[in-house]
Amino acid sequence: MNRMASPRGRQPRPGPRGRIADPRAVEQVRSALGRLPLRRDLLIEHLHALQDRYGALRAGHLVALASLLRLAPVEVFEVASFYAHFDLLEDDAPAPPPVTLRVCDGLPCSMAGAEALLRDLQATPPAGVRVVRAPCMGACHRAPACAIGHELLEAATPERIAAALAEGTPQPPTPPGLADYRARGGYAVLQAPPPVETMLERLEQSGLRGLGGAGFPAARKWRLVLSQPGPRHLVVNADEGEPGTFKDRHCLETEPHRVLEGMLLAAQAIGAEACWIYLRDEYPDLHAMLRREIAALEQAGLAPMPIHLRRGAGAYICGEETALLESLEGKRGWPRHKPPFPGEAGLFGRPTLIHNVETLWFLPEILGSAEGAARHAATRPRFFSVSGRVREPGVKLAPSGTTARQLIEDHCGGMAPGHSFRAYLPGGASGGILPASMADLPLDFGKLEAHGCFVGSGAVVVLSDQDDLAEAARNLLRFFRDESCGQCTPCRVGTAKAVPLLEAPRWDRALLEELAQAMADGSICGLGQAAMNPVRSLLRFFPEAVP
Amino acid sequence: MIRFTLDGTTLEAAPGETIWTAAQRAGVAIPHLCHLPRPGYRPDGNCRACLVEIEGERVLAASCIRTPREGMVVRSESSTRAQSTRRMVFELLLADAEPRDATGGFAQWAERLGVSASRFAPEAARPAADLSHPAMAVQLDACIQCGLCERACREVQHNDVIGMAARGMGTRVVFDLGDPMGASSCVACGECVQACPTGALLPKSVLDEAGRRGVPEERRVPSVCPYCGVGCQVEYRVRDNAILEVVGRNGPSNQGRLCVKGRFGFDYLRHPDRLTRPLIRLPGAVKDPADCLDPQQARAKFREASWEEAMALAAAGLARIRDTHGPNALAGFGSAKGSNEEAYLFQKLVRTGFGTNNVDHCTRLCHAASVAALLEGIGSGAVTAPFTAARDADVILVIGARPTENHPVAATYLKEAAAHGAALIVMDPRGNGLDRFAQEVVRFSPGQDVALLNALLHVVIAEGLYDRQFTAARLDGFAQLAAHVAAATPEAMAPICGVPAEQIRRVARLFAKAGAALVLWGMGISQSVHGTDNARALIALTLLCGQVGRPGTGLHPLRGQNNVQGASDAGLIPMTFPDYHPTGNDAYRARLEALWGATLDPMPGLTVVEILNAAEHGAIRGMYIMGENPAMSDPDLAHARAALARLEHLVVQDLFLTETAALADVVLPASAWPEKDGTVTNTNRQVQMGRAALPLPGEARQDLAIIVEMARRLGLDWTYAHPREVFAEMVQAMPSLAHITWDRLEREDSVTYPCPAPDAPGAEIVFRESFPTPSGRARLVPAGVTDPGEPLDADFPFVLTTGRELEHWHTGAMTRRAEVLDALQPGPTVSVAPATLARLGLAPGGRARVVTRRGAVELALRTDPGLPEDLLFIPFAYREAAANLLTDPQLDPFGRIPGFKYCAARLEPA
Repeated sequence: MNRMASPRGRQPRPGPRGRIADPRAVEQVRSALGRLPLRRDLLIEHLHALQDRYGALRAGHLVALASLLRLAPVEVFEVASFYAHFDLLEDDAPAPPPVTLRVCDGLPCSMAGAEALLRDLQATPPAGVRVVRAPCMGACHRAPACAIGHELLEAATPERIAAALAEGTPQPPTPPGLADYRARGGYAVLQAPPPVETMLERLEQSGLRGLGGAGFPAARKWRLVLSQPGPRHLVVNADEGEPGTFKDRHCLETEPHRVLEGMLLAAQAIGAEACWIYLRDEYPDLHAMLRREIAALEQAGLAPMPIHLRRGAGAYICGEETALLESLEGKRGWPRHKPPFPGEAGLFGRPTLIHNVETLWFLPEILGSAEGAARHAATRPRFFSVSGRVREPGVKLAPSGTTARQLIEDHCGGMAPGHSFRAYLPGGASGGILPASMADLPLDFGKLEAHGCFVGSGAVVVLSDQDDLAEAARNLLRFFRDESCGQCTPCRVGTAKAVPLLEAPRWDRALLEELAQAMADGSICGLGQAAMNPVRSLLRFFPEAVP
Repeated sequence: MIRFTLDGTTLEAAPGETIWTAAQRAGVAIPHLCHLPRPGYRPDGNCRACLVEIEGERVLAASCIRTPREGMVVRSESSTRAQSTRRMVFELLLADAEPRDATGGFAQWAERLGVSASRFAPEAARPAADLSHPAMAVQLDACIQCGLCERACREVQHNDVIGMAARGMGTRVVFDLGDPMGASSCVACGECVQACPTGALLPKSVLDEAGRRGVPEERRVPSVCPYCGVGCQVEYRVRDNAILEVVGRNGPSNQGRLCVKGRFGFDYLRHPDRLTRPLIRLPGAVKDPADCLDPQQARAKFREASWEEAMALAAAGLARIRDTHGPNALAGFGSAKGSNEEAYLFQKLVRTGFGTNNVDHCTRLCHAASVAALLEGIGSGAVTAPFTAARDADVILVIGARPTENHPVAATYLKEAAAHGAALIVMDPRGNGLDRFAQEVVRFSPGQDVALLNALLHVVIAEGLYDRQFTAARLDGFAQLAAHVAAATPEAMAPICGVPAEQIRRVARLFAKAGAALVLWGMGISQSVHGTDNARALIALTLLCGQVGRPGTGLHPLRGQNNVQGASDAGLIPMTFPDYHPTGNDAYRARLEALWGATLDPMPGLTVVEILNAAEHGAIRGMYIMGENPAMSDPDLAHARAALARLEHLVVQDLFLTETAALADVVLPASAWPEKDGTVTNTNRQVQMGRAALPLPGEARQDLAIIVEMARRLGLDWTYAHPREVFAEMVQAMPSLAHITWDRLEREDSVTYPCPAPDAPGAEIVFRESFPTPSGRARLVPAGVTDPGEPLDADFPFVLTTGRELEHWHTGAMTRRAEVLDALQPGPTVSVAPATLARLGLAPGGRARVVTRRGAVELALRTDPGLPEDLLFIPFAYREAAANLLTDPQLDPFGRIPGFKYCAARLEPA
């Protein structure tokens, strides 16, 4: 027998190239997935199933999942590594602590002391708990917020956190169910829907605009989708993540079936094959509620098409409608280029109508009668999320065009004690910052743009004389840096370079302006285009606050 | 056309054409980083270097992805917004990424835009270099996250190794799960390296000491890859008479793509083992088959000689045998690795100089069965459609072929078609690299192809799914075939072929109902003792469904060697002259005799294995072997080597002292492919021009010159001084080459045959109207189910199958001497199912012995989840554990091809 070594004495691989799926890992993945179908668009759901079961995503499980889905391992890895709520670990790495405590470092929470809370918790973390920063949790009116595991804890203090760790988080009230809604006359419109043309007329008449932030006229969206050949889809954007925004949560907590009825009306109107609800992962109670209520709807025979409920996984960008579509398809949340618009080529390439939760909220009333539509048109009411230094922060239903001063004075009981009004964010993190002297501008689409601002999702954060505006800008830019998807250069690199520029003892105003212009002009989506709005606002309206 | 203005100038764009492309066509350059204007690269619009201002739009638009509307007003150079944003893009990128390739788009455009420094601070953490791969350096400190490598890997080559992980500023290029490239599933096609605009990914061969692209090449030589039958067009980049780098050209069969061999497998040319002077066997040095195992022991039995001495000895030995024992005591093996001109001259030399038809080459070991069945069925042995027809196919059937390993660039087209919606059916007893892309993965029992195919035929006929019109108009033999497969129900065949009846029906319906179906096959069909029957059944299935002669349809036996199609066309076959005219065809023989001025033997010669059998019996006494290595490639090597050792006189012409050369009397140092001019014909019937990039080392000579010299010494008055003269004669002998001239090939690089006119492209899809048979109709030939080959028993309970691996070419003479290829695949392995390893208590990486009724080899164990539990696989490229010591020399009765894919074996601990 010849025993000659290879010419250079190297040893061949003992198996195929790369990692291979271990049969035991495959079995574990199968078990964790339960009855979830092995479809690529469900990838994020699969990853949640594994993260929930094992407290992390193990390399072996990712490879096994890839083999089950007939994907390449990298296709699973790049998705898993994109979302903040997944912990990726090698098989032999120590398990993370059993409990993750996420402390919101969004602007309203930071203003309410989140940084100090974080510092203290990280210095002496409770046993078995890891403490990490997290972006806005939609509890800005009860800041600071944190999440223990997935459970939200509002108005967090060290004492409340200790208590919640020991006894569990306080249970939020259960939103009204199907029977309650029906008892109030709910689903009457859906069960006797007006003809599509009538619905379109009423929608047009109401002047309803997309309340996710872009303010696109709803009727025009419908017409665009209807002009495309089917099959079509309806997608509900329930991924509100704009810091300062918590009004979708409010809608779903207050009357979820009103939103669902709006969804089904829109779906019927456009002849949708299916409805897809993309709910941010920060709202686990709403997820459980929606799952329950969707089942109830289906059982009651009220759902004329399948309703899919999907969990986000910790990515602000997925609130951007095309990033959301990507995520629904089981991919990274990288926004798509437009054109084509989702109405032409959306989910799975099909014409897709995407509506925000709040937009749907108003539909049953608008579509139900011409009077309803007229009523809406009269004031175009919307929910403002007001947070920061006001006496009574919270979700405020007010006409479009209400001013910040009116919100503070008429809806929030004035400023918080000891604070005097200095500035406000009219539209969350990306809508810019305006001085108190400009608090009489109508908060409506198209009214603030001349000042480099916009109303967006109606998240009004009120700042006072005790707030450091430069620090607020740094906070917002850190948020955009962390949440930039990384796809395009101006946003990926621009947000990352802006942060140290803002941390410098003296700001390089010219460079910041130049960078802001390039990011606004050159970024693919709204995140990068608007990311520098707070900085530009400071440079423009608050020169005294600029270091 | 859509008219729009760019900086005030009116341009026209075709529908779907982007602003960037329309501008480029008009000679207006717009910066670009993430956009690579090459076939297969989707513009992505992420880098924002190509932004333009569009009148009426709020933000700038990426010109690489935006299509203009009629009347659109676009500003590029005239837009200060666009200009400053572009410059800012470069400045942002330059903060962290330092170009490592001064010739790449990043460095070039930065310079052109005058951006050389960044006002932004770099990130604190710098990515470390990953030098884990033998061929490529990954230095992400130059990376700009443009994603071209990802598209190269995923959308062009469909290897799906590279991704962009994490997000924001953390976004980074990863391999698999963020693994080092060298530990990843990377197949080293190098597409990413070819696409990278920054030098973050570079071939190691071009790196300077600082890890940047070093001194540039001195010249670029366009040619063709010498490895497989795909025939990728390459460009050699040469410096100091060495190949610095190989890049893919936009050839019709590769469109810029290459595989690991074609990109990184060329340093064998300058390997110390390379023969540079003729060798002559020392007096009294015995020819010992054991010398095949030990090159040093073999070399010690030779001395160097002058060309005069060596040629005199070589020719005299052949002439003596011819003159004393008659022409049929001689034989020649030509090569499918040489040029068409060499193959043509070699067979002409054997036929006219030796006076015998005993001339063959490795086609006998590869597609002989396919060619036999094709000639019998449709009157032509070549493909009826190129593999690129997959683009137009609804269904693609791949059986007995592993293109991701053996035809990697062809595989990219199949994967691409599947990714774009074609239904891919993969039939293979082993897990196949195409499985992940397939709609139907049919794992059938080794050797039971006919049972499976007959069951498919049964369903197609029983359910009336066949193309009645096509059958009536163009096929003979339907009734016999129908009767023959009447009993071959899926239920009856399922236990034999191991495929559930339900899947057989599903696949039959899927295939038969396809609007256009393309059928590709490889050695799994042909290398069988019933290979011709396998091919007959497959051809019948394709014909019956009318899947020939239209776009997206056809029969495509994936040819193995780079020029096996051309060598076969040129007549390097014992039973046929050039263009497949049987030796017994009096008219053609007379024509050839007139052209050649010689008398030709009407009797067919012996085939490869028959020649070695005859040598063993002493009927063949002398041989001339050019560039073939039967002492590695033939079945039952102990016998083959003994037969070669028994020859009175063996002349071997090669690059190295191969296992065959070790048994020679005279060894002639020859030319490697990158050292010669000549044409080759790929699997798609594309005749392509190869050009010399390097001078010959030492005293090595051009093969063509050696053949001519040999002919002259055997009494022929040949004067060919250049391959173009040979090609001109070939065109006279071979109507298939009509309208293809050397000059045209010099000009166009590639012309498909048959070609209707000197200025027209060749026909990719043939037999649109009729088949080249006397009746113009094709023939359905029934195939019977027979034993798969050697029976298994308690002593030999496994099926052993042999084949190739991605990195090694054929018997390894070239690739095992290429540094990168050796590093990637350094030694022999036997692949075994994980469960079998566990059952036998064997560990992957450990050593084992594989024994058959003919011999035993010892090698390393490799676990392979794609293998059934009773199947073993050994690649045949490794001298130290030559798989063909084990294989069964039984032949297919029609194709005379051995059944390399099936013999009974035992696996035991070493």
